[in-house]
Amino acid sequence: MDELFQSRRMWRRHELKPHYDVAIVGAGVHGLATAYYLAKEHGVRKVALLEKGYLGCGSSGRNTAILRSNYRTVEGIPFYELSLKLYEQMSAELGWNVLFSQCGHLTLAHNDSGVAGLRVRAENNQLLGVDSRIIYPAEIRRLVPALDVSSGAHWPILAALYHPPGGIIRHDAVVWGYARACDALGVEIHPFTEVTGMETARGRVERVRTTRGDLAAGAVVNCTAGWASTVSQMAGVPLPIVTHPLQACVTEPLKPFLHHVIVSATLHVYVNQTDKGELVIGAEIDPYQSYSFRGTLPTLEQMATYTLELFPQLHGLRVLRQWAGVCDITPDFAPIIGRAEDVVNFYMDVGWGTYGFKAAPGSGKLLAALIATGRAPELLEPFAPGRFRQGRLVGEKAAAAVSH
Amino acid sequence: MSFLIPCPHCGPRSVYEFRFGGEARKRPAPEADAAAWAEYLHVRRNAAGVQTEWWFHRAGCRQWFQAERHTVTNHVRRAFRVEEETGRDAL
Repeated sequence: MDELFQSRRMWRRHELKPHYDVAIVGAGVHGLATAYYLAKEHGVRKVALLEKGYLGCGSSGRNTAILRSNYRTVEGIPFYELSLKLYEQMSAELGWNVLFSQCGHLTLAHNDSGVAGLRVRAENNQLLGVDSRIIYPAEIRRLVPALDVSSGAHWPILAALYHPPGGIIRHDAVVWGYARACDALGVEIHPFTEVTGMETARGRVERVRTTRGDLAAGAVVNCTAGWASTVSQMAGVPLPIVTHPLQACVTEPLKPFLHHVIVSATLHVYVNQTDKGELVIGAEIDPYQSYSFRGTLPTLEQMATYTLELFPQLHGLRVLRQWAGVCDITPDFAPIIGRAEDVVNFYMDVGWGTYGFKAAPGSGKLLAALIATGRAPELLEPFAPGRFRQGRLVGEKAAAAVSH
Repeated sequence: MSFLIPCPHCGPRSVYEFRFGGEARKRPAPEADAAAWAEYLHVRRNAAGVQTEWWFHRAGCRQWFQAERHTVTNHVRRAFRVEEETGRDAL
């Protein structure tokens, strides 16, 4: 019984060793998931996670924690569905509550082209076994009475894509749960260890330089977001990525009134109410490239304006805080996962734009299989780094741009 | 962070008056191979530092121009008309 009240370190500290089997740059949810599956499913335990800040200080702790798998393409849907299934089992698997609430997810359409887009997604989702269907104003009103579905709205709501398994998770808990499990499997977690450079020779990364010393590794993995281009360029690998900030805000708490995640791509906004009663509101990406983490007034005004279009009764609500994360946007709004074409021991799991958090468990599991076996699992093939050179883009844009 | 851009025609204005046009890159020769064009189309330096980039003043003079901006601080060092830059093969 006493044990319950003792504080225990969830992960240990280590001296940096000169050699590892796998060195992962970035200990966010993607790096942690990759390390976890390497150790758990492939017995690769001499793994170092190199993190320049504290765990989850980047996009893993800045996203709006929305999970869903109702994407548009045949490549994307099963890929995101794998992660959703892994998230469903995560609390039991890690012995750690990640507070996943499958409250349901609604993507709204306000015009005919929007409805057509949702119909394509509903059909593709159903063909691939994802619970997702179109619903119309009468049913939307029944599910979400607080939403303004009147025909007098500026942008009337014509239909919604209803995805019951989608929902909200505690993103910090996912990071801590994976970190704790990685530590138990013998993976070394090195916070405040910034990678500053790499030495390459004969098409291999020979050394990784960090602020705590140098190391060598059989495989080096770039699992960063926001620094993906910088880290890949250290290994001499250019990327088709442009980094934009994305801002979100949280309001003061209200009594529970909103039990679904509400997304509108037309209005560039997504809203959900947390268990504490606060509304979390996210915007689209800022309209210019930047690595700045500062919030801006125009984006706050945009989030407020569009939220009030959906919920006019929230006009007196106050904002508690606003923040920004950075998103690595690729030309086809799909991630880049796989081995670099010209550097044989350099792997990447980057280009996650605005959809990285919801894909982390599946991405980590598949990437770990690729690193351990040398063969890319079928689900990863469409996202290979070589696709841009070959002109085989994925085309997830319709589903991924703002619809979290 | 919101910031001002010193438009070469209109003077300093809010960034929200402009459209961002991406980093300035050198166009391959017409006879360049497919790989060179694929790289031009997709690959970006995505610098965390000063980069030269295109902007369009959509709520002002409606002209394209280039600016040197630090992408971490958003400080715009200078903005200029491309045709006035000697020795710059930006087009």
